[in-house]
Amino acid sequence: MDFQVPDFSLVLPELFLLGMACLLLLVDVFIDDAHRRVSFRIAQGTLLGTALLTYMQMGGPEQIGFSGTFVRDDMGSVLKIAVLLATATGFLYARDYLRDRNLFRGEYYVLGLFAVLGMMVMVSAGSLLTIYLGLELLSLCLYALVAFDRESGTSAESAMKYFVLGALASGMLLYGISMIYGATGSIDLETIRAAIGERDAGNLVLVFGLVFLVVGVAFKLGAVPFHMWIPDVYQGAPTSVTLFVGSAPKLAAFALAMRLLVDGLENLQADWQQMLIVLSVLSMGLGNLLAIAQTNIKRMLAYSTIANVGFLLLGLLAGTPEGYAAAMFYTITYVIMVCGAFGVVIYLSQAGIEADSLDDFKGLNKRNPWLAVLMLLVMFSTAGIPPLVGFYAKLAVLKAIIDVGLVWLAVAAVVFSIIGAFYYLRIVKLMYFDDPTSDAEIEGSLDTRVVLSANGLAVAVLGILPGWLLGICAAAIG
Amino acid sequence: MITLADYLVLSAILFCLSVAGIFINRKNVLILLMSIELMLLAVNFNFIAFARYLDDTAGEVFVFFVLTVAAAEAAIGLAILVVLFRNRGTINVTDLDTMKG
Repeated sequence: MDFQVPDFSLVLPELFLLGMACLLLLVDVFIDDAHRRVSFRIAQGTLLGTALLTYMQMGGPEQIGFSGTFVRDDMGSVLKIAVLLATATGFLYARDYLRDRNLFRGEYYVLGLFAVLGMMVMVSAGSLLTIYLGLELLSLCLYALVAFDRESGTSAESAMKYFVLGALASGMLLYGISMIYGATGSIDLETIRAAIGERDAGNLVLVFGLVFLVVGVAFKLGAVPFHMWIPDVYQGAPTSVTLFVGSAPKLAAFALAMRLLVDGLENLQADWQQMLIVLSVLSMGLGNLLAIAQTNIKRMLAYSTIANVGFLLLGLLAGTPEGYAAAMFYTITYVIMVCGAFGVVIYLSQAGIEADSLDDFKGLNKRNPWLAVLMLLVMFSTAGIPPLVGFYAKLAVLKAIIDVGLVWLAVAAVVFSIIGAFYYLRIVKLMYFDDPTSDAEIEGSLDTRVVLSANGLAVAVLGILPGWLLGICAAAIG
Repeated sequence: MITLADYLVLSAILFCLSVAGIFINRKNVLILLMSIELMLLAVNFNFIAFARYLDDTAGEVFVFFVLTVAAAEAAIGLAILVVLFRNRGTINVTDLDTMKG
């Protein structure tokens, strides 16, 4: 057996990110609190540099390296760029929030960068081992980030819940992986795919493994009935961390589902389609209904996430390239909307004030009209009102499932999203038709305002011209 | 003669015990951490049994990675536990209920 030196150019973005994260860890030790901005700049530079490197890799056929454990394809590259940009946006929104709360420390950025590295590894995974390692690198960083505010009891409590349920999910996923390994004799996704093609789909060990894999993926995505961690983590974590947990990892979880269920186990599609239908209907129903009862905006957005995960699963369970592309489009646009929504919540949270109650949005139009417009765009888009991008995302997903004959599912999805429109429109009503409860000045730095405006307007622009991003997603799925 | 099925059954029993430990336990957060460890060990058992049966090293390699990750996971879990105890003065599972809805 001869030893081959792997092609390191395939992992250049990941290597750059790893190197810079280590450098940041080192630099951060030598600077004092007055110069903490340097850490922030290094982190932002790293994210943008990695995005540039990833962009330069794009195009061309699928490349497989490191003995099949690493895959570079266009779906991976597009998702990685989305992850990097979402994280950079989140870091920017969070800067003033962290500084006001005495949380502006280098560790925040180091943990964030390592979480991004985990997501990138997971997105490019070619074997079950890489998937597991990427997932754990991401999860371990997120547990620590949720507990980042050491003075806060709720932060620690939600971190503990996240940790226990996350570890349980990893255990389930791992048990499923071991069963798949036993049934196919390989941990390489390509080999697994070929091995399953040969035998009948009724193999008990295989189906047993598949059930556990789906449970693990559903946990990470936050689909009902494996959603219990989402509301507590969203509510308990510092808002800046909630923004991070709610945005980029959703893209990584989508990639996880694509790699495991589509790349690896596509021949068992008939089995996992049934499971995903159940998860999807329950998520859309429960998420939308429970969101109505919330008075905390972070908790409300958590239930909205659960409902949106149900929609995302619709695209996946269609089992066609159009469905996968629609699900990918849905995930990317959803992350843009989450960044916008939590961006406004963070912007409203001034020093000493947490604007996480629905009452804090009362009369926002009188206090800051432009912020109210941005929130209006994001809320209308999430509710699925044309011509905003959320409408096209829902339309693309529904079209994909109608094409495979699941009309009843499409009808159910539409009914649930009409129910869901209520709580998004309630925010708009509070902002425009109620009187403000406080008249405190809402301040923020210029760069945050510019990016937040661009974020809000992107929802409208992508809604009017959805073809560009839809085309990228369709081409990436191939 | 111990067959592959026997190993798998033992591993499944360990796995079920650990899941039950997480859901039934209402007392101490430390027991949750132990249950999580037990769960990963049950999976390792599975991997070793399959690797031996298939005469393939990939499963054994996987076990090394799982062991390493489990160590890191325990470290993070205990760190969160310390933060929790400092803030609350208790590590009772039933006291972790300030958020509802």
